[in-house]
Amino acid sequence: MMTDALDPHAVALSGRRLPGDLAIWIFILAEMAAFAVFFAVYAFARARNVELFDAAQLTLDRRAGMINTLLLVTGGWFAAGAVHAARAERLAAAGRGLWLALACGAGFLAVKVLEYADKFAAGLSMSTNTFYLFYFSLTFFHFLHVVLGMAILGILLGRLRQGAYGRHDVRGLETGTAYWHMVDLLWIVLFPLVYVMR
Amino acid sequence: MNTLHERRTTIAWGLLVLGTLVTWGMGAAGLTGPWVAVTILAIAFVKGRLVILDFMELRQAPLVWRLVLEGWLIVVSALILLAYWMSLK
Repeated sequence: MMTDALDPHAVALSGRRLPGDLAIWIFILAEMAAFAVFFAVYAFARARNVELFDAAQLTLDRRAGMINTLLLVTGGWFAAGAVHAARAERLAAAGRGLWLALACGAGFLAVKVLEYADKFAAGLSMSTNTFYLFYFSLTFFHFLHVVLGMAILGILLGRLRQGAYGRHDVRGLETGTAYWHMVDLLWIVLFPLVYVMR
Repeated sequence: MNTLHERRTTIAWGLLVLGTLVTWGMGAAGLTGPWVAVTILAIAFVKGRLVILDFMELRQAPLVWRLVLEGWLIVVSALILLAYWMSLK
């Protein structure tokens, strides 16, 4: 068994380094800026319409939101684990981590679809009121990011199989998983803001 | 086989799960009021930081990148807090 001191990754950590490609971080910042505006607009719209927002918020499925948060943070943990495993040349474990992260993403989408179906069945839509306009547009915009994140995880899996990642190189893996963590980060703000805070 | 870094990632995940359950529990218990809202926002802030530092691995990144992402979290939280404060009027 290796000690921490002998671990190649631990040695790499002695120097400060941005994981993945610079381009993905620029892209992530652009996405996060867009969501920041979205979050702020929601919060200020609520401030001007507290009664409506607080009443409508009670009709949301808070438990579905909680389960989805658990799925995303767990998916993030699996993705982070996949990178660690690849660095240690444990490629089977890296593949497993990516698959499990994908499964968490699929679970998230399934819960979200059920949640939407429930809302539509109850006759609620974007045009119901301002709160629901925000609820549908914010969560659906995020939903699309989960889909893109899963597509990226799928590409990473394919490249892992081709032997692109391992102790020699994890840069692509870091690049793709960074995006996946952003999707997680955005939901971590979205869930309390839209589902719980009142 | 577990490196210090991996252990930290696992601890972060545990805290993320805990924070999520506490946030949900506060909502499910019907707790309301400014301090509840501030607590929920504070939990979200800590959770976001864990993702930035331990999942995105920016703890070891050049400081400017770490500050940019943590700065995003600070700005977003501050705006939400300001809007919440305005809603109390």
